[in-house]
Amino acid sequence: MAYTIAEKPEEARAFAAETAKDEDPAKRTAFDEKVAAEGKIEPRDWMPEKYRKTLVRQISQHAHSEYVGMLPEGNWVTRAPSLRRKAILLSKIQDEAGHSLYLYSAAETLGVSRDAMLEALHDGRAKYSSIFNYPTLTWADVAAIGWLVDGAAIVNQVSLQRCSYGPYSRAMVRICKEESFHQRQGYEAMMALAQGTPEQKKMAQEALNRWWWPSLMMFGPSDKDSPNSEQSMAWRIKRDSNDDLRQRFVDMTIPQADYLGLTVPDPELKLNAETGHYDFGEIDWDEFWQVVNGNGICNRERLQNRRDAWDKGAWVREAAMAHADKKAARKLAAAAE
Amino acid sequence: MSKEWPLWEVFTRSKAGMHHRHAGSLRAPDAEMALQNARDVYTRRGEGVSIWVVKSVDITASDPDDKGMLFDPSDDKIYRHPTFYDIPDEVGHM
Ligand SMILES: [Fe+2]
Ligand SMILES: [Fe+2]
Repeated sequence: MAYTIAEKPEEARAFAAETAKDEDPAKRTAFDEKVAAEGKIEPRDWMPEKYRKTLVRQISQHAHSEYVGMLPEGNWVTRAPSLRRKAILLSKIQDEAGHSLYLYSAAETLGVSRDAMLEALHDGRAKYSSIFNYPTLTWADVAAIGWLVDGAAIVNQVSLQRCSYGPYSRAMVRICKEESFHQRQGYEAMMALAQGTPEQKKMAQEALNRWWWPSLMMFGPSDKDSPNSEQSMAWRIKRDSNDDLRQRFVDMTIPQADYLGLTVPDPELKLNAETGHYDFGEIDWDEFWQVVNGNGICNRERLQNRRDAWDKGAWVREAAMAHADKKAARKLAAAAE
Repeated sequence: MSKEWPLWEVFTRSKAGMHHRHAGSLRAPDAEMALQNARDVYTRRGEGVSIWVVKSVDITASDPDDKGMLFDPSDDKIYRHPTFYDIPDEVGHM
């Protein structure tokens, strides 16, 4: 899925270094034509250095997001309201770990090592989706995440299935297959609360109030403030603009909120009879940039948890490797006798 | 920084009678753990009844630059296809 067979990390690195120096205009033209004709670019195809760098940044950020996304939900595993909900939540979190793995693998085909990506995350150079820097205060937040955050992720990922880079596109296809259950279980949990006691319904409404705007922010800055988007669209790395995807999400989600009998916290929201789309209020872009730049409620806590998990797991990784080396050496010695 | 775990390619057979197909890759210290991880990551929804894992470094792949040399020669050998031959309708399905 992620790798075409034998995308060996060392070879991927050497290939990346080699293509970076090669600026043959004929290759550039062939590349542009292939992409324009909806052809897929594979790891060993020549590609412009900027294309490679853009993909490494985007795919590794995406991988980090899948990983960090487990943390706010992990907060509720031991306190899920029933065994059924607990099993579901565990399973969803396990899926997210897999998503993170597929994406790290896809990024590795571009010649960047997994440890280097993790290092960039741990020392704060790399970004991940800001949505995960908000806290999960009640069980309803877990429901709202499934419904809204995974819902928004699906809109984005469905679009990325058509990305021009083969390994990324294949990872998206696989992820989309698994993602649908995430949204449905969240909506079902939200439904249970919205149709429950007045206190439960209030809990659901408050969670929607907390997660609505951050979910809209997941699609990134508005098109007019997103200078890199144009090149990414031309290279078919991105297939739809941030604002288009955001609109798609709003249009899909409002009827779902209506069914729950919950109100989206936006006084300006209304159906535009002319366009057939919902008009909505202005996003608080100051908040958006604050969280992106590390000043969200949970930025520090999330990164610290990530670093702790990595550091505390180091002895396990090292012991497993030492054990494997020892076993291999023993086998070799036995064969030599 | 400690040594990165080696990379493995994972092949799964979706059901008896089918070929094993490339499912993806993962990192693991040895074959045993690669199998266990592959089971957890790639067969969580009945996608497999059998798994192969092989170290990525042990796979020899053809060079993409040789694509033309290796594969173009088969393009002009249309007589390898059944449709190359005209058989009268009277003969019936063949
Ligand atoms: Fe995911
Ligand atoms: Fe998800």
